[in-house]
Amino acid sequence: MIAGGRRRRRKIHRFLGWGCAWLAAGLVLCCLADMVGTVLLRGLESFRWRMLWTPTSGSSGGLENALLGTLLLVAISVAIAAPLGILGGVYTAEFAGRRTARVIRFVAEILSGVPSIVIGYFAYLLLVQACGWGFSALAGGISLTVMMLPYILRSTEASLQQVPLTLREAAWGVGMTRFQTIRYVVVKPAMAGMATGVLLAVAIAMGETAPLLYTAGWSTMNPNLQLTHQPVGYLTYIVYKYIEMPFPDAHALAYSAALVLLMVVLLLNVAVRAVVGHASVLRFGRGRSPRSEDYRRAGGETWQIQRKRRRS
Amino acid sequence: MAAGIAASSPVVFLAGIVTIVVIQAIPSIRFSGWHFLTSLTWNIGNVYGGLEHEHGVTAASGASFGSRVFIVGTVASSVIALLMAVPVSLLTAVILAYRTRGVVRTILSTLVELLAGIPSVVIGLWGMTVLTPWISTQLGPLLSRAGGVIPYLRGPVGTGMGLLASGCVLAIMVVPIITATTRDLLLQVPTLYREGGVGLGMTDWEVVRHICFPCIREGFIGAVALGFGRAMGETMAVLMVSGNAVNLLPQNLYSPISTMAAFIADQLDSALTDASKMAVHALSELALLLMILTVATNLAARLLVSSGRWRQRRTGVDAP
Repeated sequence: MIAGGRRRRRKIHRFLGWGCAWLAAGLVLCCLADMVGTVLLRGLESFRWRMLWTPTSGSSGGLENALLGTLLLVAISVAIAAPLGILGGVYTAEFAGRRTARVIRFVAEILSGVPSIVIGYFAYLLLVQACGWGFSALAGGISLTVMMLPYILRSTEASLQQVPLTLREAAWGVGMTRFQTIRYVVVKPAMAGMATGVLLAVAIAMGETAPLLYTAGWSTMNPNLQLTHQPVGYLTYIVYKYIEMPFPDAHALAYSAALVLLMVVLLLNVAVRAVVGHASVLRFGRGRSPRSEDYRRAGGETWQIQRKRRRS
Repeated sequence: MAAGIAASSPVVFLAGIVTIVVIQAIPSIRFSGWHFLTSLTWNIGNVYGGLEHEHGVTAASGASFGSRVFIVGTVASSVIALLMAVPVSLLTAVILAYRTRGVVRTILSTLVELLAGIPSVVIGLWGMTVLTPWISTQLGPLLSRAGGVIPYLRGPVGTGMGLLASGCVLAIMVVPIITATTRDLLLQVPTLYREGGVGLGMTDWEVVRHICFPCIREGFIGAVALGFGRAMGETMAVLMVSGNAVNLLPQNLYSPISTMAAFIADQLDSALTDASKMAVHALSELALLLMILTVATNLAARLLVSSGRWRQRRTGVDAP
């Protein structure tokens, strides 16, 4: 009797537990679906192709200036952040001693935890005011750089760590210097991971608003190549400002901008994951060697063993 | 050694941010003192009137900078977000780790990661056009009727923009972070432990509840702290749904609020119009405060995660 009661209670607990778990997972997926669905529906209702080649005027018009502005800002920030991040990642993974590497990793982590609005405000104080650049593409691009840099650095370092030590040893064995080893041997298998990091950082930068409010300003004109003293428009600004205006035209513009933004960011995310996931499996050989996930999971330990072996 | 210089760039950027923000905050610290943390009133003063001098610094007459409203708003909205996000992400992670596999797991995990990739301004847009009307017409009245026991649940629901909406939006942004980390932690729980539990006659739920959860506790707390740091620093989505309250402490779950990050973003115009530049300095101090809070939270999270790993290694538990 008692045993039966306990058994029933345990069964009920199990049922309740898994029920709640499925409910939670369903809730998350529903939120995602509702969000993407809403933006898709309202965005498609209001999107017109001519918006892509009409600049904004007042509360209506198109998105051309904002699209070009976003592209310009992202281009500037990638041009600065990608070399810095990739070189920094190479240094951290291949050259730095254990303590230096730990310090760099630590600082990068703290930097990635600094709120984006603080980065924007810093760029406003330093670049817009102290340097006197005014609201400009360069100031916006640099504040995006600060956001992207730790991300690119960490992903570069992680993908270099996944390259097995045997490849390096083989390269050293045929008499290559450390630079040659990295240049001709190590970078190739890590390329996919590094590209993923950069592209995902681009996706993050495209969706950022807070670092740009205080640095890029807003302009209804198409950006020209003057990088300072010239405010520049960007897509997220339209979403943020135009949805608060009381005009239907402005709302249509905001939804269209959100649609364009969401599509680009999601496609970038999905495409990168699909292509790279496939490529890294092919590159490491199917079935024989572990897949990239396994490398990542075991990353810490293998890396330490590698370092120990390299030291001795 | 271009690579070495590049590697030092995060250090340079971080040092630059800290230096600039601290230097610009000094006049405000001298002007407001401890008052900055305790006062409720944020008023940049009469920008067209005369200037006043106090403690050796100049500000517009009648200026008063107090950030207590924003500190309370930041912490309250982040705590509400965590109250919602923690159970949901823990349970979702359990499903991802133990109830799905192969293609389904990959797809579901990717979907959760995509949620993290959605720009915050789009989440804010959704919050403004879908979430706040829903809170205002359905969830709010329901809660205020059901929650007679807890005083904070009662009260006029208003437009729906406020503490609850901010919490919901933040929860949506935090869930993917906690879920992804927790799923990885759960996958690291040794299969032997779980098999041992099954061998003792535990149900699969009891295995999760009594074996897996204790195993990942430190790491999970670290993940939650990480999410807390993110929630406090989030700007745009909160700015769009918080109601932007100034000089007003939240009275109930539906009161309009403002967080530190959202307030900085909102005050661009006022910072530009203040001739004495004291508003710029005060915002700088607010940014400094926000940075200290989030960085401290992140450091605590890191410490917790690494101490969890350390204990795992000590007890001889290795990744499968």
